[in-house]
Amino acid sequence: MSAAAEPAGPRPRRLTLSRVGVYVFLVGASAFFLLPLWAMVLTSLKPMSEIQQGDLFQLPHTPTFAAWSRAWSHACTGLACNGISVGFANSVKILVPSVVASIALGALTGYALAFYRVRGGNLVFAILLVGAFIPYQVFIYPLVRIFAWIGIYGTLTGIVVIHSIFGLPFMTLLFRNYYSSLPRELFNAARVDGAGFLGILRHVILPMSTPIVIVAVILQVTGIWNDFILGLTFAGLANQPMTVQLNNVVATTQGTVEYDVDMAATILTAALPLAVYLVSGRWFVRGIAAGAVKG
Amino acid sequence: MTPAESAAKFRARLRNQAPAALALLPAAIVVAVVYVGSMLMTARLSFSSSHMLPTFDWAGGEQYSRLFDTERFVESTQHIALFGVLFIVASLTLGFLLAVFIDQKVRFEALFRTIFLYPFSMSFIVTGLVWQWMLHPELGIEKTVRAWGFAHFTFRWIVDENLVVYTLVIAAVWQASGLVMAILLAGLRGVDAELWKATKIDAIPTWRVYWSVILPTLGPMLTTAAVLLAVSVAKLFDLVVAMTRGGPGISSEVPAKFIMDNFFGRSNVALGSAAATMLLVTVVAVVGPWVYFEHFRRKGVRA
Repeated sequence: MSAAAEPAGPRPRRLTLSRVGVYVFLVGASAFFLLPLWAMVLTSLKPMSEIQQGDLFQLPHTPTFAAWSRAWSHACTGLACNGISVGFANSVKILVPSVVASIALGALTGYALAFYRVRGGNLVFAILLVGAFIPYQVFIYPLVRIFAWIGIYGTLTGIVVIHSIFGLPFMTLLFRNYYSSLPRELFNAARVDGAGFLGILRHVILPMSTPIVIVAVILQVTGIWNDFILGLTFAGLANQPMTVQLNNVVATTQGTVEYDVDMAATILTAALPLAVYLVSGRWFVRGIAAGAVKG
Repeated sequence: MTPAESAAKFRARLRNQAPAALALLPAAIVVAVVYVGSMLMTARLSFSSSHMLPTFDWAGGEQYSRLFDTERFVESTQHIALFGVLFIVASLTLGFLLAVFIDQKVRFEALFRTIFLYPFSMSFIVTGLVWQWMLHPELGIEKTVRAWGFAHFTFRWIVDENLVVYTLVIAAVWQASGLVMAILLAGLRGVDAELWKATKIDAIPTWRVYWSVILPTLGPMLTTAAVLLAVSVAKLFDLVVAMTRGGPGISSEVPAKFIMDNFFGRSNVALGSAAATMLLVTVVAVVGPWVYFEHFRRKGVRA
């Protein structure tokens, strides 16, 4: 297993021309990926006068976090100037219940599909799988009508429900595949001992679910935080998530455009998923692999 | 088996399965209402004359002929076709190269991997705004290159009707090629070390091994990556909204945005539904065969 994880490329010789070429390519590619982030950070630290005069990568004469604090508490969307912190709070309010609900529902569905042969279960799973690939635009208008009819359109409940709905295919796939890979004897033994559906889930399956729950949390936290279209459509004005507000801040062009504030707001919006990515490292890649290679 | 025995067995089976069936109920409702119900309702509305509110009259294929007479939609399909081909080819190529070069037992491998994949953790809105700033016609890359001494350098694709789609490609490739790299790297790590020894003994050039031996074995992973990229092409909406808002003019409009605009901005529910149905048909035609082979043929649904 560990041998298979080793790099399988040809063994390096001395520092040859081709070796240098490898590093030149990698460093050049790194520049392509890093320079936009670098330009964004620099811009957010410069006053507008320096932005107008200098170029993207010119270092600020006197770095200032003024734009960051303006972005956080005074950036304008239309006529309201309460900063991106409003969107941040909304995103947190949406994120926590949505992550919990979508993972709980996915784990329950995945568990039932992996260990029980319920009639129609395979059909449900098949439709979920196909549904995961279909753009939201195909479902979104009828859902808006249905949500309005139930009375949860434009509410926090509505956006949490919609995240649970659209998180269901992938969460189900993730948990079903993981549970299918567990030794079935554990399940059978618990069953012989007389444990029921929930008993087995609670005492046998959930204690073994930590790795897959971590993967699911990473996927859902980044996915739901980065969502734009669902928040835009279902959350309502009072609950607009940070991505929607950020887009409005940048689109608001009353008075002079403040690129420093725009960039600071952009960094603040990207901060959470970026931090999750940097901290989680291999787990993030595992999540992608679970979705891409198995799924 | 007596009838009493089989009845008892049936009851026992029911007792065993009932909780599981109950647990699957929410998923079944989601499937019925959202994935089947809403989809059918959208398709049904595409044959109506709904404007601001849904009506269930029958207008035949009127919306579809209207759709293909609408310049904004026709151009949207052309933009997405161009974007799709370039984005998928460029992301696969760059992702493959990144994976191969990272696989050369380089130092700081983890650092390079982290750098190449981090844009994938950020939203399309952030990606769009970053690149909108990088490509700013006056203050962006153009000014930077001019400051390096190339006084007549111009780079204003983002405000050029004929070139703006390419800027969307640049931003999307930046965001997604790390994903391709991560998928392919997993595949490269699975290549047998014996294979490398064999090609070395035969003195086959490394690039030749990658091209003729490794690339074909990565086929399934390349397909997976291509499908994932294709799905994100169909969904392309946030990036356009953040980066160009469909402009200049309608030169970077895309179908997903056309649909949203007609549903929620222009009160053309039936027209939006017709466009959404077209999108659905296209996605199913592309992804359907892949889902079938990947999940139902090879492994069977019940793994």
